[in-house]
Amino acid sequence: MVAFKLAYRNLLGAGLRTWLNVSVLSLAFVLIVFYNGMIDGWNRQSRNDTQDWEIGQGQYWHPDYDKYDVYTINEAHQPIDEQAQQEIDGGHLVPQLLQQATIYPQGRMQSILLRGIPPEQTLLKLPTDALNGDDDEAKVIIGKRMAKATKLQVGDQVLLRWRDRHGTFDARQVVVAQVFNCDVAEADQGQLYIDYQVMQQMMDFDNEATLLVSGSEVAGLAGWSFKSADFLLKDLDDLINSERISGRIIQLVLLMIALLAIFDTQILSIFRRKKEIGTYIALGLTRKQVVGIFTIEGGVHSILAALLGAAYGIPLFVWINTIGINFGSADMGITIAERVYPYYSWQLVLGSVLIVLVTSTIVSFIPARKIAYMSPTDALKGK
Amino acid sequence: MVKRIVVDDIIFQDMDNQIIQLEHLTKRFPVGNGFFTALTDINLSFGKGEFAGLVGPSGSGKTTLLNIIGSLDVPSEGKATVLGRSIAELSQKQAANMRNHHIGFIFQTYNLLPVYTVYENVEFALLLQNISAEERRKAVMQALEWVGLTDKEKSKPSMLSGGECQRVAIARSMVKRPKIVLADEPTANLDSKNSHHILQTMQKLNEELGVTFIFSTHDEKVMQYLKRQISLADGKVVADEQVELVSSQ
Repeated sequence: MVAFKLAYRNLLGAGLRTWLNVSVLSLAFVLIVFYNGMIDGWNRQSRNDTQDWEIGQGQYWHPDYDKYDVYTINEAHQPIDEQAQQEIDGGHLVPQLLQQATIYPQGRMQSILLRGIPPEQTLLKLPTDALNGDDDEAKVIIGKRMAKATKLQVGDQVLLRWRDRHGTFDARQVVVAQVFNCDVAEADQGQLYIDYQVMQQMMDFDNEATLLVSGSEVAGLAGWSFKSADFLLKDLDDLINSERISGRIIQLVLLMIALLAIFDTQILSIFRRKKEIGTYIALGLTRKQVVGIFTIEGGVHSILAALLGAAYGIPLFVWINTIGINFGSADMGITIAERVYPYYSWQLVLGSVLIVLVTSTIVSFIPARKIAYMSPTDALKGK
Repeated sequence: MVKRIVVDDIIFQDMDNQIIQLEHLTKRFPVGNGFFTALTDINLSFGKGEFAGLVGPSGSGKTTLLNIIGSLDVPSEGKATVLGRSIAELSQKQAANMRNHHIGFIFQTYNLLPVYTVYENVEFALLLQNISAEERRKAVMQALEWVGLTDKEKSKPSMLSGGECQRVAIARSMVKRPKIVLADEPTANLDSKNSHHILQTMQKLNEELGVTFIFSTHDEKVMQYLKRQISLADGKVVADEQVELVSSQ
């Protein structure tokens, strides 16, 4: 406690130098928390959005279905058995039939993934009720990215061509019933949603599906391979983790700058305060205790930095959380909300404080070790 | 009779009279490829309550001798026994304990801690001991009263004159009621008036509290107050004499 008290007084006594170090360190601290908060916020929003718009709580796949292998898509479908149908009727599962198809917007040919989905489903946020209609017109819904890429708008007709289950090509005009705004790129880019029943008729399938989106895991659904939300979110997790790692490099550089300032101050301190070190020893401190005082002094920088960072960081973070960070409507091909709201968990804040505290204490200790080898008589003379 | 004082893990013997004994003490410092001999075959002893001075020109070994007595350094040869313990045999912790409890230092340049107030500077030594805040306050205020600085308790050293700084240093050395106070050229940076003032203060503390004061000095003003003068030249004791006190008034 005495060492903390001494360190605190010495730091305050050092005046501007202390506050410069503390300011730089607090900036590093705030930026580390902010950056990680952004990543966590993006992660949370993206996971939630992906679950809301695409994957639910998991999916039951046809055993041959592999979303990364287009050759599996056309053959990966099977009839929905009684048990699955009961779950569908109970609103716990949403069947989707997936087939490759081609559209010709403005005469250009574009491959798409045609997704048949029941209009009445409410498990996913997709506005599938727009697929309802009592006329002969086949309605489709598309995402804003798809609309942008194909220059399609609500009410536009577009030619859709597909191969039915016998391999026969067929085509018809479909109408864009709605363009939905969704942050999940995979649920949007190259996807065309159509009424599940209409698609069955088009393809000559009888109550078959490629996958079943689940609101919760259904025990013992035979013939289907369950893919958990974590499995389905792995790509997103990998992407976010790679962003986190590249962010770590920036944070490390920032932290290094701040720690370098502390290291430099410590070296200067030990050089300039030799007489003080000698006095401490003359007054009855052991060299280890003096090393401790100087180390704690460096470490206390981080505590002051955390306090200073909290003083301007908390209002800043609260404000940012109310307005969010605007990423615009720029299509980056990844799942990211137009506005990302950072998420600051106590683990993040505590972890950041600990990292800054530990690293600043280490860089303070390295130069302070010299004191242990200092002759007290030389130190008293300032040598 | 020998009283035994236990401080942490070490036992210092409080001898009735001889509290410092230096036997055939030699101190060498490495210089280049060879050695510089700062002290040669010193044989001295100091009793309780002495007011003695090591006098001699610069480089005569006064400060080196004080440093060894104060356990800040160890002899190269011979033996230095302080409060019944051989300095060379003390661990760092034991030596620090001895300095903290039994030895006060007064330096030529005061060596006050600049970021602390007068009160905090004096209190510092007591912070290392298990003394309650109330007792510390009492002891610090008494020490400041001895040196006449109770009105300056909240001042920082930078706000004090040289004489006042040295009086703070005296208070700091005395607040823990040490057995020995080592004063290294305490008046070297002071004018005549302040020198006499602090010497009278130390003389009074020596008489009232029975603390042993050992000075290192070549200041004539200090010599007027010494009851015993040990003259050093080139690291050797050339004279050791009891002195008739001349009035400092």
